[in-house]
This record gives sequence, C-alpha cells and structure tokens, in this order.
Amino acid sequence: MSDIIKEGKKGLIVSSIENGTVIDHLPPGKAVKIAEMLGLLQGSVIIGQNLKSTKYGKKDLIKVEDRFLTSEEYNEIALVAPNATVNIIRDFAIKEKRRVNVPDVIEAVALCENANCISNKERAPSKLLVVNRAPVELVCHYCGYIMRGEEVRLKG
Amino acid sequence: MYFTNRDVVSIKDFTRQDLDRIFQKAEKMEKEGYDQTTLKGKKVGLLFYEPSTRTRLSFDAAAQSLGASTIWFAGLEGTSVMKGESLKDTIETVAGYVDAIVMRHPYDGSSRWAADITTNRTKRGFKKVPIINGGDGKNEHPTQTMLDLYSMLRTQGRIDGLTVAMVGDLKYGRTVHSLSYALSMYNCRLQYVAPEALQIPESVTSFLSTKGIKYTKCSAIEDVIGEADIVYMTRIQRERFPDENEYNKVRGAYKMDSSLLSKAKPTMRLMHPLPRVDEISADADDNIRAYYFEQAANGVPVRAALLALILGGRQ
Repeated sequence: MSDIIKEGKKGLIVSSIENGTVIDHLPPGKAVKIAEMLGLLQGSVIIGQNLKSTKYGKKDLIKVEDRFLTSEEYNEIALVAPNATVNIIRDFAIKEKRRVNVPDVIEAVALCENANCISNKERAPSKLLVVNRAPVELVCHYCGYIMRGEEVRLKG
Repeated sequence: MYFTNRDVVSIKDFTRQDLDRIFQKAEKMEKEGYDQTTLKGKKVGLLFYEPSTRTRLSFDAAAQSLGASTIWFAGLEGTSVMKGESLKDTIETVAGYVDAIVMRHPYDGSSRWAADITTNRTKRGFKKVPIINGGDGKNEHPTQTMLDLYSMLRTQGRIDGLTVAMVGDLKYGRTVHSLSYALSMYNCRLQYVAPEALQIPESVTSFLSTKGIKYTKCSAIEDVIGEADIVYMTRIQRERFPDENEYNKVRGAYKMDSSLLSKAKPTMRLMHPLPRVDEISADADDNIRAYYFEQAANGVPVRAALLALILGGRQ
C-alpha cells in the first residue's frame, strides 16, 4: 500500500488497495471506533476522517487490506453507522458494493448497558431488539433497558 | 386474550382487556368464594431469591385457596444456588416438578430469561411451565401492578381518568414503573413526587409521551395532595442504592401522617406496596383514607384469578 494519501483537485484522495475492504460513508468521528471494534487497528489500515461527502457533507472512511467482513461485522457497523456502504475490492477493482443493514434483532454481538441485567450477570445470551433505525435505538429483550446504537458496548 | 400457560413477565405484555378479565374474575372469587377444585392436583413453585412477605404468602394463599399445592424456597440458604448453580439450571430443574413458577430474583430481566428457558424446554417435548414475575431486580413487578389497579377500581369505582400521585423512590422502585405503564392504558393523570436524584426515569416518561399521557414532576407532596384521587407512597429502597452516601442523602425525604392526609379529598385513598419504613407514620393507619393493608389483602383474589386463568384450563 504505497502512496497512501495524496492531495487531489477535490480534496484528499485515498489511494486504491489491491485486495480488501473499503467501509465508506461513516459518520464523522466514528472511523476509529469502528476500526477498533472490528479489530482492524493491528493490521494494514487507512483511516480517513472528516472527508468531503456530496451525500452527507462530511464522512469518515476505512480502507483495510486483505481483510473481508463477516455478516456479524456488518451488523456491528450498522449499529454505529446505519448509512455505511462496504466495497469489497479484488485486483484493485470494486467487486461488490453492499449497504449495511440494521437487523430487527441483534444477538450475541452487543451487550446490554444495564449492569444489573441478567445477560450481564449469568449466561443469558444477549439479545437486543431494534425499535428505531435512524438513529438506531435498541431495547434489551430481557430487562427492557433502552440504548442508542452508537453507545452500545460490543462483545470484545 | 389467551391465558392458558401464559407467562406473566411484564405488565406491557397485557392489554386492557386482559387486565379487565383478571379483575372481573377476582371480583367474582371475592363475592362467591374460592372453588377448591379449580386447581386440584396442580403444583406451583415459589422461587424467592430475595426477601418477600406479601408476594410469596399471597401467591401461596391464592394457590391453596384454589386447591393447588405449593413448593418453595425463600432465600438462598439450603439451596444449590449457594453452591453456584445458575438460574438456568434451577429453572430447568424446578420446571420438572411444577405446573407454574412464581419467581423473585435480584437481576433485571431474570423472569424473561426464565420464561425463554421453559419455552425452549417445549422443543424437547416438555410442557410449557409458565413463569410469573414476582419482581425482577429494579425492573418490573406486574402482579403488584394488577393488585394496585384492582385496588383503585375497588375504591374509586373506575380507573379511567384518575389523578394518581406517586411519591418517593421513583428511580429504583419497580412498582411505580409497572404502574405507570399500566395507567397509560386508562388515560390517567400522573404526578411524580420525588427528590431530583430519585425522579422517574426517562424511559418511563418517554413511553408516556408516546401514549399522550399527561404527567407532572415535583418534589413536594403538598403540591399534589389536594387533587389526587390516589397517593401511591413508596419506600426509599436502601438495597437498590449503589452507594450508602446517596441513600443517606434522600432517606426520610417524605413522610405521610394524619395531618397531611387531612388535606386530601375524603375520597382519596393512600396506597403503598409495602413494606413501609418511616414514610407513612403509624397515626395514619386509622385514617379513612389509608388503604395499604386492604391493598395487600387484594393480592390474594387478584393472584388467585391469575393462577386460575393460567392453569385452570377452560374458564
């Protein structure tokens, strides 16, 4: 991954990668959190922050080499960035473009914020129901605790 | 309106029609007496991981009044929970002994999980054992709410449109959360009286807003006592406070006594889920407006009606 970022006519242009994933249209300031959440910071990764976006004004972006996402990871991204798009890159070309989807139920990935919830105390598998999609709002299946998607703790 | 083997986890799972059906049945039982054959041969397990007087004893009395027998533990002493047994394993085990489980547990959401466990057992060929929530942490206590509503109905002749003031620990008090959800079905006006640190959580008020229910918040009983139809006192619960200092700041914030009660309408009724500590003085007990002991007694017909509907087959 050479010549990572260069100044172009329209602002910062992030160079292409050979194989990997581009996670685009992240809300400004969320790229590091998402990269951390997906465990991308240990590998070869480019993080763009506050880039110009015709659609949203400003956006963040993550490019990661030789790494592809699982369906659980798509759900994790959707919690924090429901408008994100994911481009799968092979041989420098976009092979597939996907939108993340906020599912109706988020199981196993995220934790209830209520410390006294049975899912944090015993082996009740975490289960959060999506009650609102924009912004993402979740309610714990067990204790009814209401959380915002971006505030939710993810299983480490 | 399907009651057979139904879980009773949250008051939000019940419609107004469901609640009215329970109240009609409770009233009928009070008038005509309990039929000992209703639940003959049935067993009810009472699993009380936390202290209880009224919920456990009134469920026991209700079950026995209908001919059911009960098995129970109260406190963890003498159980395998002391050896580290999980809630799941205890529920799996007891579900093999009984037809219904009434449970009080310190963790929020424990009843929903127990209900999931007994539902999952049906996939292995076992019958569904309904879970009745007798209080899960600071979350909900739906059968308390049912008897609270029944008490309002008995004393005021209606629930619709009542002005209900809730006083005390509105943050940690599960009874006021459940009661608020239920009263939203009856278009009541709600007044929350608490120190700022113990006011009603936003999760409850945002729910009320979506239902278009009018509510006010204040910190003095004197501001609401004149117009309330029901004053619902609660105890400041020491055991729910993460910090002893926080508890000491607010303990004894409210005290209802006979002279304060005299400022209320003659038809107002003072309720309390009990136990009380010092938030209602003993001199209030003989006031015509004091209703908390009758309220506690209403737990038997309401819980009997619920058990009959859940376990009694065709009603």
